[in-house]
Amino acid sequence: MSSAMPPLTDHKQMTKTAKLLRLTYLALLILALVAPMLGLYPVFVMKLLCFALFACAFNLLLGFTGLLSFGHAAFFGSAAYITGYFIKSQNFTPELGIAAGVIGAGLIGLLVGVVAIRRQGIYFAMITLAMAQMVYFVCLQAPFTGGEDGLQGVPRGALFGLVSLKSDTAMYYLVVAVFVAGFLAVSRIVHSPFGQVLKMIRENEPRAISLGYQVDRYKLLAFVLSSALAGLAGSLKALIMGFATLSDVHWTMSGEVILMTLLGGVGTFFGPVMGAGIVISLQDTLADKVGSWVNVIIGVIFVLCVLVFRKGVVGELQAWLERRRAAAISADTKNAGRLG
Amino acid sequence: MEIFGIPHQAFLGQLMLGLVNGAFYAMLSLGLAVIFGLLGIVNFAHGALYMLGAFAAWIMLDKFGINYWYALVLAPLTVGALGVVIERLFLKHLYKTDPIYGLLLTLGLALIAEGLFRELYGVSGQPYNVPELLSGATNLGFMVLPNYRAWVVLVSLAVCLGTWYLIERTRLGAYLRAGTENAALVQAFGINVPLMVMLTYGAGAALAALAGVLAAPIIQVNPLMGSNLIIVVFAVVVIGGMGSIMGSILTGLGLGVIEGLTRVFYPEASSIVVFIIMVIVLMIRPAGLFGKEA
Repeated sequence: MSSAMPPLTDHKQMTKTAKLLRLTYLALLILALVAPMLGLYPVFVMKLLCFALFACAFNLLLGFTGLLSFGHAAFFGSAAYITGYFIKSQNFTPELGIAAGVIGAGLIGLLVGVVAIRRQGIYFAMITLAMAQMVYFVCLQAPFTGGEDGLQGVPRGALFGLVSLKSDTAMYYLVVAVFVAGFLAVSRIVHSPFGQVLKMIRENEPRAISLGYQVDRYKLLAFVLSSALAGLAGSLKALIMGFATLSDVHWTMSGEVILMTLLGGVGTFFGPVMGAGIVISLQDTLADKVGSWVNVIIGVIFVLCVLVFRKGVVGELQAWLERRRAAAISADTKNAGRLG
Repeated sequence: MEIFGIPHQAFLGQLMLGLVNGAFYAMLSLGLAVIFGLLGIVNFAHGALYMLGAFAAWIMLDKFGINYWYALVLAPLTVGALGVVIERLFLKHLYKTDPIYGLLLTLGLALIAEGLFRELYGVSGQPYNVPELLSGATNLGFMVLPNYRAWVVLVSLAVCLGTWYLIERTRLGAYLRAGTENAALVQAFGINVPLMVMLTYGAGAALAALAGVLAAPIIQVNPLMGSNLIIVVFAVVVIGGMGSIMGSILTGLGLGVIEGLTRVFYPEASSIVVFIIMVIVLMIRPAGLFGKEA
């Protein structure tokens, strides 16, 4: 999962790549902004962006801190329930409902994180899975979640009490704005000094400890940030779809977000977005054609990813570009040697 | 007669049911611990293998008329062979990678198995009758004991203790334990470690399948029976710590009983009591009750 730093010698090459990357992001943003006019079904794109944000939040933990949480559905789903409950039963405006969901997910993340960071590696995954299952059972039995039926008919309301979100177009642009903000937040966190410490913990935890970092605090903060962002995605989902159900908190949802991240590329910025895009499109196109074969297909993708495709789509692409650039440089130096 | 205000028949009934569940926890966590010890893989597919064991028994009876007693041997053998195939095809490529990948690969396999059986048999359960010899109940004077449940507890205790004896007290077990400590060195002494690893996974799969066959007459055989159980078993493993075989057995049985008692006194919490205990244990003793690592 380690990412090789590009050599510092080819500074020109690097800025070229960075420029290219910036252009790509700009193009994608424009694409996202005009998507409704291109005839793409807005609810589908909103759902996709929602899960992309969820996967980015998850990647903050797995890709940049090296912690595999198998319980992220708990944060996604409980935020969906909390937002749905406050908007539907307490007449909150959408932004306050979302804020409540994010805070709720962050607090649950704090509780889960405090317990889970007591163990490392594979135990961490098992503990988060078990605690998420606890959240699932609470959602199943709590009085305000609607049990097996879930929370239905959550109204979208009006943003700040002013802008009605009833039309899919208005909702769509809110989702795009929130997604971009979330994506930038993840990027900001990773590039901050705090993010560098997280990467160090991922690469070599004992060393980080020996350098005097209080590793557990960093891990816990990363966990809380990741769960709050996952909550943001869940809150948005409740608002877009108008419901929160048990499938949002079920462990299979945790599995799906792992798959999205793995498929797109663990530890890359755009990978989770790409992975979410592939998985959601696949589910959307296959669901009414093949029924429960979807699960089989998802399982097969999991197996293939682990066996032959461990870097994911974006990761493999990056590795390929890296190899090509390295080849170009060595060719350059050869030529230079011949000329000199 | 009442115990803590609960009719003692209901109390003992739930205690027995808890013991039965505990027996399944013990058998499954035992297999998980052995596989993790030697392969370094947390086998998410363990629940699916348990489900496959139950389905194998049901299909044998329904399609081929093979009765429970033969299924008790044949189903674990079939699933064990499948386990060997899985190890050869998939798992052996992962031994040098991060254990996370083993978990994710076996998760994928579990999803495939569950999806296939959902497609074939739907999510509603298939009934499997208690074999005639074990049907009915025995009146012990203080309680009426369903024969089949007593049988399940006895068989799984015997299997667990047998596994413990095999691993802790025999030469083969010594190889296994040595392989857990340092596989390269054991291989250098001329022991075929890859073969041992393969058979260990097969044996773990067979153990899960045996639990599945035992469970078939008690719960409805359905494709999701494994994944509902495996998460609880993970919590059991975290509580017990994967270091000790006897630890896994005792933790499994103990937690089953506690769960049963919770069902008597505060039914709402019965589905999460194991997880709550996990949290408490982690706060006090992060390595688990029987764990050795720091």
